[in-house]
Amino acid sequence: MRPVIPYVTAALLFGLGAYGVLRRRNAVLVLMAVELMLNAVNLILVTADTTVRAQLPHSGQVFALFVIVLAAAEIGVGLAIVLQLYRLRASVAVDDVPLTEASAPVPAGATATRPAGPACPPSGGPATDAPEGEK
Amino acid sequence: MTGADVLLLALGAVAVGAGALVVGTQHLVRAGLWLVVCLGALAGDYLVLTAELVAWVQVLIYVGAVVVLLLFAVMLTRAPIGASDDLDRPGWPAALIGGGSGLGLAVLLIHAFRWSRVDLPAAGTADRLGEQVFRSWVLPFELLSVLLLAALVGAIVLSRTDIGRPGAPGAQRRPADGPPARPEPAGAVADEGGRA
Repeated sequence: MRPVIPYVTAALLFGLGAYGVLRRRNAVLVLMAVELMLNAVNLILVTADTTVRAQLPHSGQVFALFVIVLAAAEIGVGLAIVLQLYRLRASVAVDDVPLTEASAPVPAGATATRPAGPACPPSGGPATDAPEGEK
Repeated sequence: MTGADVLLLALGAVAVGAGALVVGTQHLVRAGLWLVVCLGALAGDYLVLTAELVAWVQVLIYVGAVVVLLLFAVMLTRAPIGASDDLDRPGWPAALIGGGSGLGLAVLLIHAFRWSRVDLPAAGTADRLGEQVFRSWVLPFELLSVLLLAALVGAIVLSRTDIGRPGAPGAQRRPADGPPARPEPAGAVADEGGRA
């Protein structure tokens, strides 16, 4: 087995993931690109497990398992954040997320998609606070 | 070139091609489906590299759970069915950084390993991996279970809208979070999310 083949595969996948994270506007697609990067790291770990004779056998594969569990936790919390963002702003475009206090006003559709009822007090508060709402 | 090399080359080409389509396609749902192809090819790579348990865990968790969650998210955010033209930002910085890191790492690894050859070790079956996990890696394993619990609680708190509303009793109890004296609902909800 030539270890350079899976190593180069992993390097190219990591580059594709980095490209996708920076290129995509849709937050769900950004999460998919993050998955690509995590998988590239997993492939590196598994390949290193076959090439490097370590003190503890199979530690690379154990690490790959741990990274898979971390990715599952990350995707759960990440998608909860994305859905909360969609509920607040009716959009999941990451470059529409204002990171500072003084920013563009909320698009008109944002308040309409909020759950009706006591969630939106009629005092007009929601239109000014949303810059706060995203992390 | 042995048979394992040919398989690794073919599966790697499939994985990289499907990965390029994941970050390049204009259809949201198709990006998720190409991600299935990419992760499946990687599971095949793991099998060739004798990591049996990791390959099946990859199929179960990534292809089974993560991609389904992502497709749920695509549909819950009302993604359009056809191609959408507003998915991308201007591309040259992303291409510069992504291509630079990918090709740079590839050159580094090629320089490190050349065309060297190693023998495949004994297969990483569930038996051997379980022995390692429960003998040498018990503490990280237990920490991961705590982390999964924290992620579970965090996701629930984030997606519940009835926590942290200004009228609710819980919202007034923590005035120290975030900017003070902003009694608006969305900020309070997000503060709840940030603390989870």
